[in-house]
Amino acid sequence: MEGIFWWVIVPYLTLAIMIIGSIYRFTHNQLSWVAPSTEFFEKKWLRIGSPLFHYGLLFAFVGHVMGVLIPLEFYHMFGISDHMYHAFAIYGGGVAGLMVVVGAVILLIRKMTIDRVRVHATFADFYSVISLLIVAGIGVYITLIYNTTVVEYEYRTTIGPWFRSLFTFQPQYQLMTGVPFLFQLHIIAAFGLFASIPFTRLVHFYSVPIVYPFRAPQQYRSRSAFKRKGI
Amino acid sequence: MRVKAQVAMVMHLDKCIGCHTCSVTCKSTWTNRPGTEYMWFNNVETRPGPGYPKQWEDQDRYKGGWEYKNGKLRLKAGGPMSKLKNIFYNPNMETLDDYYEPWTYEYEHLIKSPKSEHLPVARPKSQITGKYIDKPEWGSNWDDDLAGGSEIVPMDPNVQKLQEHIAMEYEKTFMMYLPRICEHCLNPSCVASCPSGALYKRDEDGVVLVDQEECRGWRFCMNGCPYNKVYYNWNTHKAEKCNFCYPRTEAGLPTICSETCVGRIRYIGVVLYDADKVKAAASVEDPQDLYEAQLDCFLDPFDPEVIEEAAKAGINNEWIKSAQESPVYKMAMKWKIALPLHPEYRTLPMVWYVPPLSPIMNHVTNEEELKTDGYIPTVDQMRIPIEYLASLLTAGDTDVIRKVLLKLTAMRVHMRSVSVGGIDELQESKLLTEADIDVETIEEMARLLGVAKYDERFVIPTGRREMDDDLHYKQGACSIDDLAPPEGMVTYPFERRKGS
Ligand code: HEM
Ligand code: SF4
Ligand code: SF4
Repeated sequence: MEGIFWWVIVPYLTLAIMIIGSIYRFTHNQLSWVAPSTEFFEKKWLRIGSPLFHYGLLFAFVGHVMGVLIPLEFYHMFGISDHMYHAFAIYGGGVAGLMVVVGAVILLIRKMTIDRVRVHATFADFYSVISLLIVAGIGVYITLIYNTTVVEYEYRTTIGPWFRSLFTFQPQYQLMTGVPFLFQLHIIAAFGLFASIPFTRLVHFYSVPIVYPFRAPQQYRSRSAFKRKGI
Repeated sequence: MRVKAQVAMVMHLDKCIGCHTCSVTCKSTWTNRPGTEYMWFNNVETRPGPGYPKQWEDQDRYKGGWEYKNGKLRLKAGGPMSKLKNIFYNPNMETLDDYYEPWTYEYEHLIKSPKSEHLPVARPKSQITGKYIDKPEWGSNWDDDLAGGSEIVPMDPNVQKLQEHIAMEYEKTFMMYLPRICEHCLNPSCVASCPSGALYKRDEDGVVLVDQEECRGWRFCMNGCPYNKVYYNWNTHKAEKCNFCYPRTEAGLPTICSETCVGRIRYIGVVLYDADKVKAAASVEDPQDLYEAQLDCFLDPFDPEVIEEAAKAGINNEWIKSAQESPVYKMAMKWKIALPLHPEYRTLPMVWYVPPLSPIMNHVTNEEELKTDGYIPTVDQMRIPIEYLASLLTAGDTDVIRKVLLKLTAMRVHMRSVSVGGIDELQESKLLTEADIDVETIEEMARLLGVAKYDERFVIPTGRREMDDDLHYKQGACSIDDLAPPEGMVTYPFERRKGS
């Protein structure tokens, strides 16, 4: 029963809140849909913190795709041994994770100590950074310490298949019951973060402007149909 | 030919008295909300001086506008790929300190202070942090009227470029006012800098606007605009800028800054231009050719072919008639006495400036007997160095400035002879040929610059409402409905701030 709660109900609830909440905010409150930039108030620390944090996140994202979404068989098919995979995951994941943690710590300290930034930081802003720090902190710990000192845990046979099973709507929660506690904690903390997305400015990541390089530099719009771009 | 109409402005700097009325009325109309305290869509700076924000003309630092390199026109701060790379931290963006920390005074204390030995005072208090600022050190007009003198003037990027030393002794110094708004450029770099496509140029009147719903706060427009006329609202985390008071111009009224201008220095009118020529005009190699190239984009509103093409583009008769009567067309395109500010930024700005005349440095002896030709050299001895004006208005081309100053001088000489007499016949002098102007034009010019009434200074056709496809829906609606930034503090669950 406990397994069902943590590995079926919590994930679906989280995803439901995240998806419905985001769609609702996108359709009803465009005016609040922004990147939480505070560069206008402080540049020096942001210059180190923000790129470190974001590039770390990008690498970590790629790492999670590799570890959780791509099945173990896929690696074997291409002759990538488990040892090779884990060596890469520990170095690559470790660096990415450390970038996120160090970046987030800088951003958090900056948020707490620089008057102009602190005064305008909301509960939601602190929540995002702190929960990211917790998630990433546990992640770095299991990658760099747990994996190398306790056991090189093969999550590609448990966490990976479980996560993918969520998307085929046949959740194999039994796979998760034997997973080491720290891994479980990392996942639950991440769900806490995901569920908060629609209520914080984390929504900005949905709006990565990837179309920018492909559009015309100059934009004309007609007043009578200003939502319709063109020419 | 792709005809577009642009509502543009001319400012006649000779008449600006630096009263800041324009700034204040603009501020109380558009930027009196939390998050906008430091913004002045219209500001008036004393030049020489660093301006607002400090040293905005220093494009080595802010990397605003366009540059022409290896046969290509590109954003100086880098194209889309480099922007995406730098999106987490924009290395060239200005910060609050480049503007100033806005403050108010604790007026309450004057009323509520308990009885005390000393008179209560209203202490300055930051509008950003709410803390006391014991010693404000900069403001939007800190250096008004050259206050700060030889300490602050050298911060002016134009002065730094000038070869000759600028004298700061009282008898030799010079000063002028430069009121600035968004230029509503033909080739706006703010628009091209926006990763979300939230900034756009309106088809109907060329006004450049920020879509408040689509802006994601990526903040590249701030320094992307070389005039630093896009502002970051720390409350909404979105960009805001001058919108040419379009709810007013759509109703045929001038912008607030123009309406309230005490010196009556501002003129508003329609000009027609060929949108197909814009890119080539912004891409001429020599920056000093940009002014002429920009002039080439404008179309003669009396040319039957232009009128026909304009009609095809949906520009109605009222607009064409306005373009024919446009004071901007007369001053900038026909008489060529109004010049664009910093054409070298390659945005093709659409607020034009008539450069100011200034007192002659050396005392002109026996002025009564001075022959008209004697006025020609005086143009080169005016207090405001031609080089300085050229650095502002013509990418350093002193010949263009000199010619405009000669025209204005010829106008003065002629009008003086008309009303006072005593100077020899202008027609026979070299002043007219050097200034390349005739008496008829001079008299027309004198009327527009000197005595023109409201409806001659502002020739603004009403918005083309018949083009709206859902008029019925818009009935009774507010014209800034979809576009306006929210009033007051922006809130969303868990994003509420203390005291809001
Ligand atoms: C690739 C897509 C993303 C882009 C383009 C992006 C862009 C930005 C930008 C421009 C800022 C403002 C920096 C500043 O000027 O102060 C920012 C802040 C932030 N971003 Fe992202 N971001 C992305 C993805 C993410 C993701 C996936 C997360 C976390 C799940 C995230 C979390 C944050 C946080 C917490 C801040 C606030 C930093 C602070 O406290 O100052 N971002 N992001
Ligand atoms: S002056 Fe106005 S239109 Fe031109 S680049 Fe700046 S903000 Fe854009
Ligand atoms: S209101 Fe007119 S005269 Fe006064 S500062 Fe502004 S532009 Fe100059």
